[in-house]
Amino acid sequence: MIDLFSIILILISALTIIASIISVLMKDLLSCVIALAIMSLLLSLYFYMLHAPDVAIAEAGVGACITTAIFIVAIKATERYEKEEER
Amino acid sequence: MSEEKNNGRMSIIVRTIASSVFPFIVIFSFYIIMHGHLTPGGGFQGGSVAASAIVMLIAAYGYRKVDERVKENSLACIESIGAIIFVAVAFVGLFMAASFMYNFLVGSPFFGEIPHGGNTGILNSGGILPILNIAVGLKVMAGLSAVVAVMALSAGEKK
Repeated sequence: MIDLFSIILILISALTIIASIISVLMKDLLSCVIALAIMSLLLSLYFYMLHAPDVAIAEAGVGACITTAIFIVAIKATERYEKEEER
Repeated sequence: MSEEKNNGRMSIIVRTIASSVFPFIVIFSFYIIMHGHLTPGGGFQGGSVAASAIVMLIAAYGYRKVDERVKENSLACIESIGAIIFVAVAFVGLFMAASFMYNFLVGSPFFGEIPHGGNTGILNSGGILPILNIAVGLKVMAGLSAVVAVMALSAGEKK
């Protein structure tokens, strides 16, 4: 007896978790940043479906755009690929 | 990565998309700020959307290209102007009328036709709230884009 709203909420939260796991595991840091942006965008969709459109707009503006641009500027100034640490 | 040597620019696909999408993002942010007292959103949300447009140009073109049009000092000046407008409107309410941040524009033809009942969607209502939203939008737009501009400038000087 799960309605469509709950199914969409569960799907969005599962995709959010998958995107954050991808952003931890990838070695290419630019892909990590894009995965973080996708996670933030899905989170804003989640806020919108929970009837908080104010928070959704703020999350999409700050989390998905400005944070991504800051990370891209930082990657441009440093290195793109994560190095293997010797143990 | 070839774009690292190219003065901080990205590829031509990114640059073309960024410059063609830029006016629509700015117009959408103005819509969010101007309808802040009617619909979801307001000064902070619209300002962050406008800042994301400028930040997108910085990320696509590099700060050297954007620096010709948008100076960092002018961004700091706009931010201070936003704060001054906010506090000045609040103090005008204190000196002209009853209390601090009093809605002194009620009844005037400028944003003053407050309807009875709930939110009827009339833009010409809200009193001083649209002015405060514009002030907060200016401040947030200038502040958030100045952060990324300073960071891109220092990152470009380091290389």
